[in-house]
Amino acid sequence: MWLWFSKLGSPKWFYELSGKWLPWLVAFMVVTMTIGLIWALLFVPEDYQQSFTNRIFYVHVPVASISLAVFPLMAVAGAITLVWKMKLADMVAKCAAPIGVWFTGVALATGAIWGEPMWGTWWVWDARLTSMLLQFFLLIGVVALRSAIESPDAAARACALLSIVGAINVPIIKYSVEWWNTLHQPPTPLSMDAESANGPEIWVPLLIMIAAVYCFFVISLILSTRNEILQRERRSQWVMDIVAAERV
Amino acid sequence: MSLSAAATSPDAQSAAVQPLLRAAALFCERDERVLFSGLDFSLFAGEVMQVQGSNGSGKTTLLRILCGLNSGYEGEIFWLGEDIDDNREGFLASLLYIGHRVGVNKILTARENLRWSSALHTPVTDADIDNALVRVGLAGYADVTCRNMSAGQQQRVSLARLLLSPAKLWVLDEPFTTLDVHGVKVLETLLAEHAGQGGAVLVTTHHKLDVPCELRRLNLDKQG
Amino acid sequence: MSDQSMPVQNSAAQVSTFAAFRATLRRDLLIALKRRNDLLNPLMFFLIVVSLFPLGVSSDPNELTRIAAGTVWVSALLASMLSLDNLFRADYEDGSLEQLLLSPQPLYFMVLAKNISHWLISGLPVVLLSPLLAYMMYLPADAYWTLVFTLLLGTPVLSLFGAIGVALTVGLGSRGLILAVIVLPLTMPVLIIGAKAVADASLGLPLGMHYALLGAILAMSLSLAPLASAAALRISVN
Repeated sequence: MWLWFSKLGSPKWFYELSGKWLPWLVAFMVVTMTIGLIWALLFVPEDYQQSFTNRIFYVHVPVASISLAVFPLMAVAGAITLVWKMKLADMVAKCAAPIGVWFTGVALATGAIWGEPMWGTWWVWDARLTSMLLQFFLLIGVVALRSAIESPDAAARACALLSIVGAINVPIIKYSVEWWNTLHQPPTPLSMDAESANGPEIWVPLLIMIAAVYCFFVISLILSTRNEILQRERRSQWVMDIVAAERV
Repeated sequence: MSLSAAATSPDAQSAAVQPLLRAAALFCERDERVLFSGLDFSLFAGEVMQVQGSNGSGKTTLLRILCGLNSGYEGEIFWLGEDIDDNREGFLASLLYIGHRVGVNKILTARENLRWSSALHTPVTDADIDNALVRVGLAGYADVTCRNMSAGQQQRVSLARLLLSPAKLWVLDEPFTTLDVHGVKVLETLLAEHAGQGGAVLVTTHHKLDVPCELRRLNLDKQG
Repeated sequence: MSDQSMPVQNSAAQVSTFAAFRATLRRDLLIALKRRNDLLNPLMFFLIVVSLFPLGVSSDPNELTRIAAGTVWVSALLASMLSLDNLFRADYEDGSLEQLLLSPQPLYFMVLAKNISHWLISGLPVVLLSPLLAYMMYLPADAYWTLVFTLLLGTPVLSLFGAIGVALTVGLGSRGLILAVIVLPLTMPVLIIGAKAVADASLGLPLGMHYALLGAILAMSLSLAPLASAAALRISVN
C-alpha cells in the first residue's frame, strides 16, 4: 500500500507544489543576490592585507557550504530510496549529484582564485582544499556509476548505496586529512575566527549571499528534478495532460 | 485458478491443502513494458508447474522474483502462508534455484562445485555426491574439471544438486536446453519423483514436458 | 513447526553458517590456487609500479628515502585495485553468485569469507613482499616493521572497500575504469594514515595514534563493508 502511495502520489505532488514555489524562490534569489553582490563587491571595506580579490570570499563561502551539504542530502535521499523505494527521493538524488559536482568544482576554483594572492599559489594541499577535492572525486564516482548502469532502477539503488557509503566516508576523509595536514604544514590563515572578528559590515552581506546561493541551489535542484519527473512519468496521465496543455 | 477456494476452505482442510507457494497480485514492468500484472497463482505440494510464454514474456523474471533475486515487483509472495520477506531464511532453506547460468565454476571439478553449493545449504558427504553424479549420468566425472566438460555435462552437474538438496521447492529456469534425450528423461523422472515425495517444482521450458505426475501450466502471454 | 524444535534448529543453523563460511573460503582459495597467474599478477604489478618511481623520479638514495613510504603504499593500493576484479566477476558470470545469494546463511559471512580469501591471495603477498621493495627504495631500517604492520592493517581495508565497488559494478558489461573511480576515493584515508605512519617511523616519531586510527578503520570496515557489499550484490544481480 505504502509503495503504491509513494509511487503514484509523490512526483505529481512535488511537481505541483514546486511549481507554486518556484516564482517566489526565483524572486527571493534575485533580490538577495542583487543586494548581496552589490554590497559585497562595492561597499564592503577592503581588507588591509588582502586585495580586491578577497571579495570572492562572498561567493566561495556560500558555494563551499553547499558542497558540504550535498553528500548528506544524497545519503538521506539514498536511504529513503533503499528503504521505502520512493521514486521522488531517487530523482532528487540523481539531480543533486551533478549539481553537487558543479558546486564543488566552483568551490575549488573560487578557493584557488582566492588563495592565489594570499598564498602566492593557485593550489595548496591545505586540509580544507584537500578534503574538498576528495569529496569532488567521491561525487564524480557517484555520477559515473549512475551513467554506467543502464537500468534506472538498479542505478537508483546502486547510487543510493554508494552515496551512503560515501557519506560515511566524508567525515573520515575530513579528519584524516586534517590530521595529516596539521602535522605536515603550518596552519593556514583560512580561519573563520579571523573573519568573525570583523564587524557586521563583513558578515551581514555574507549571510545574504549564503541565503541567495542556497536559494540558487534549491532552484537548480527543483528545476532539474521537475525535468526528471516529466521524463520518468511521461506515460502517466497527468504528465500527458500537462504536455497537451503546453502544446495548445 | 483455484487459489481462492483453497484459501477460504475450512481450517481442518486448509492445513492439508495449504499451498506451498502463493503469489498474489504480482505486478512487474521492465523497461516501461508491463510483463505481468495481477498475477495470482498457488503451487501445492506434489505439483509440477510449467511456466510458459513467448520470448520476453517474463518467465525468467517471474522465477527470479519468486526466489527473491529480483525485487522490482509489486504484490505479495507467501511461502507456507508466510510472507517471504518475513522469514527469508526459512524460505531460502526450502528453495533450490537453478538459473540460466547454472552456477558451475569451470575451474573446479564437479565434486568441488557440488561440495560448495551443498555447503551453502546442508553439507553432504563425498559418497552422496558420487551417488548423485551417477544418477544424472556423470559416473566417473566427479574429479573432472568442469572446463573439460560439454555444456550438457555442466548442466548435469548443476542438476546433481537437485539430488543433494532437501529443498521442497525447485525453481528451474530452462533446465532442458543443453540436455540430450537421455538427460531429458532423467530430469523428467527427477521432477516426478520430487513431486511424488511432496515437493513442488516451478519450471520454464519450451520443451514439451512429459512427466508422469500432475502438471499445471501458467501461461504468461495471457497475463500481459 | 513446533516451538520446541526452534532452539535445535537455531544451533544447527549456526553450525551450518560456519560450515558454509569455511566452504566458501576454501572454494575461493582453491580457485586461486588453480589459477596461478591471478596469484602472481598483482604481485608483479606491485613490483613493477614501485620500480617505476626510481626511473621516473630519481635514483638518488636521499630522494628515494623521502618518497619510499608513499611509493610503496600507493603501489600496494594500485595492486589491490588490480586484483579486485577476481572477487565476484567469475561468480557473477557462471551463476555461482546467485547460489550464494540464495543461501539461507547470512550473506554477511559469505561475503566476508570471499573478502578474506581475496586478501589472503592478493593482499598478504604484497605485505610480505613489501620489505624487499622498501629496501630497494632505501626506506630507513627503523620503518620496516611499521611498513609491514600498517600494510597488514591497511590492505584488508582496501579489499573490503574494493569489494563494495566490485559488487556495485559486477553487472556492468563494460566497466573500464569506473571501479577505480568509485573505489579509490574511499581508500584515501587508509593511504594517508598508512603512508604517514611509515614516514613518521623513519623520523622516529611515536606511532600509537597511527595504529589506533588504522585499527579503528579496519574494525569499522570489517563490520560494515561486507554488509554494504552484500546489499550491492543484491542490487547487481537484480
